[in-house]
Amino acid sequence: MEQKNLDLSVNFAGVTLKNPVTTVSGTCGTGKEYANFYSPEQLGAISVKGMTLEPRDGNMPCRIAETPAGMLNSIGLQNPGVHAFIKNELPRLEKCGAVVIANVAGNTEEDYCKIAEVISETSVAFLEMNISCPNVNHGGAAFGTDAATIERLTKNVKAHCSKPVIVKLSPNVTSITDMAKAAESGGADAISLINTLLGMRIDIKTKRPVLHRNVGGFSGPAVFPVALRMVWQVRNAVSLPILGIGGISNADDAIEMMMAGADIIGVGTAMFANPMAPIEIIDGIKQYMIKNGIERVTDITNSVIPWEN
Amino acid sequence: MKYKILSNTPLREGLELFDMRVCAPDFNALPGQIAHFLCGEGTTLRRPLSVCDCYSQSGMQIARFCYEVRGKGTKWISERIAGEEVDILGPLGHGFETVDGAKAVLVGGGIGIYPLMSLSRIYGKNAVALLGFRDAAHINLTEDFEAYGTEARVITDDGSSGRQGFVTVLLDEALKSGGYDIIYVCGPKPMMAAVSKIAEKYGVRCQVSMEEHMACGVGACLGCVCQTMLADGNHGYKRVCVDGPVFESSEIIWEAAK
Ligand SMILES: Cc1cc2nc3c(=O)[nH]c(=O)nc-3n(C[C@H](O)[C@H](O)[C@H](O)COP(=O)(O)OP(=O)(O)OC[C@H]3O[C@@H](n4cnc5c(N)ncnc54)[C@H](O)[C@@H]3O)c2cc1C
Ligand SMILES: Cc1cc2nc3c(=O)[nH]c(=O)nc-3n(C[C@H](O)[C@H](O)[C@H](O)COP(=O)(O)O)c2cc1C
Ligand code: FES
Repeated sequence: MEQKNLDLSVNFAGVTLKNPVTTVSGTCGTGKEYANFYSPEQLGAISVKGMTLEPRDGNMPCRIAETPAGMLNSIGLQNPGVHAFIKNELPRLEKCGAVVIANVAGNTEEDYCKIAEVISETSVAFLEMNISCPNVNHGGAAFGTDAATIERLTKNVKAHCSKPVIVKLSPNVTSITDMAKAAESGGADAISLINTLLGMRIDIKTKRPVLHRNVGGFSGPAVFPVALRMVWQVRNAVSLPILGIGGISNADDAIEMMMAGADIIGVGTAMFANPMAPIEIIDGIKQYMIKNGIERVTDITNSVIPWEN
Repeated sequence: MKYKILSNTPLREGLELFDMRVCAPDFNALPGQIAHFLCGEGTTLRRPLSVCDCYSQSGMQIARFCYEVRGKGTKWISERIAGEEVDILGPLGHGFETVDGAKAVLVGGGIGIYPLMSLSRIYGKNAVALLGFRDAAHINLTEDFEAYGTEARVITDDGSSGRQGFVTVLLDEALKSGGYDIIYVCGPKPMMAAVSKIAEKYGVRCQVSMEEHMACGVGACLGCVCQTMLADGNHGYKRVCVDGPVFESSEIIWEAAK
């Protein structure tokens, strides 16, 4: 097949993305940090570091711990506030033509609604509700682990937001499908999953947890099978478009995630070892399509053939 | 970027300390900058090492890294042999600022002595190196400072070689006799905090190289922060990988740096 016949574009909740590969919130800053490697407009979209209404300092270090095939982080939503983002970072992203996902969090439901109003006035393409950050005491995951709260919060935010709303789910729940259904009933335009799993490491020499906050969010290749399973279950429970995230490090992982039901995918932790990972994944998906005679990348989505049991 | 290893040998027999030289044509590191090493199977994150030295020899640009084997990442690096390639991100970060015509004190403890080497290359005899080691068996690299013309004064925790005590004793003496314009320090945090205090006492400018666990190395993840005093007088976190690793010692909130 000719390369030129390949269609990598995806219509995600009404927005056309040039390819299905995004970089996920908290791992890619606002794009400029990786300028030596690629520019954010080469991606389907970029989800910027989680923002709150007011600036946040974040947690005391140590904030990073390695694990077998993964890592823990406890950043604690350090960010300069949504207004600083709009003033200092957004113009550059606009200029290069990047599709921006604004990842936002609040201490209260009111915060989420206010920030949604602020984002609605900008050129940002999507609002991503981070209701799944495990590293803060208020808000964050507290909103993302109860179905009734997810439905109510989503409804409220939708009423204050002119942008498509993506609800980012926490894997730290008993039933991921209940949470996805709650987001759907609340009127979400799309779902992203997974945020990090809650984890812990202890330094046996000092008896101290490696992270100053004791526990933190677990990500990286180790969480991939969990993320894949959750995306597959959610695909079979709701009809919303899905941004599949968690442990994706190469094109094979990305394709697997799409087969499980993701419309688009997100790359995070893998960039820390390989800053070129998102670009290599785009290329790898192209190669896979050529090799397998697939013209439209959307044909990969949900193409898994599960065993009958 | 991949770089070819020229040599990777123990710094001193019997110690888990290594000296790696790589051929790095486009790697123009300033003193104090860092490199982020991709390690093998079993590691998810890169490992940060300070550039020990960066120099050219017979027309070849060489970057030098000295390191201690601590865990699986540094172990993997130590097993690489000449001719193999290593994947390094860098040079990264904001390094030491050198001042023309100044007299400098280089203060290092343990593996903290390594980033001072490129300052020794620049300052030569206009610097004195105050180097603290655990004991006589752990002394290394002193002759390299001497080779650049920098006098190396050694002190050990147990007195098994040189003076007994901590480098702060040597620093206090040096500053008492006067004539120094700037201090550069790298080592364990309590030592850097003590050095910072002494610098303040004598009113001498002091730059410190900080250490935190890192993930991205490029300023994107906010994982590597240390607490600093901002220009507006408020406390705020700065990133060791891009805003540092070198800071003015007066910027660091030492009580928060544990
Ligand atoms: C700016 C900077 C410069 C450094 N320069 C040097 C140098 O020139 N020579 C040298 O020997 N060492 C240096 N270090 C320390 C070196 O990075 C660690 O010893 C190394 O990361 C340990 O990795 P490991 O896999 O061997 O140990 P493990 O304990 O297996 O590491 C587990 C995780 O913790 C992190 N980690 C553990 N200890 C440290 C530490 N002290 N600092 C930062 N991260 C740590 C590792 O990077 C890894 O992510 C520097 C650290 C920083 C932050
Ligand atoms: C350092 C770091 C910071 C993160 N910050 C955020 C954040 O601000 N908002 C958010 O929704 N998710 C955040 N996440 C979660 C990621 O977006 C992603 O959901 C998770 O890491 C799983 O993907 P990965 O395994 O590819 O990294 C963060 C993850 C890491 C590693
Ligand atoms: S290591 Fe990611 S910001 Fe410094």
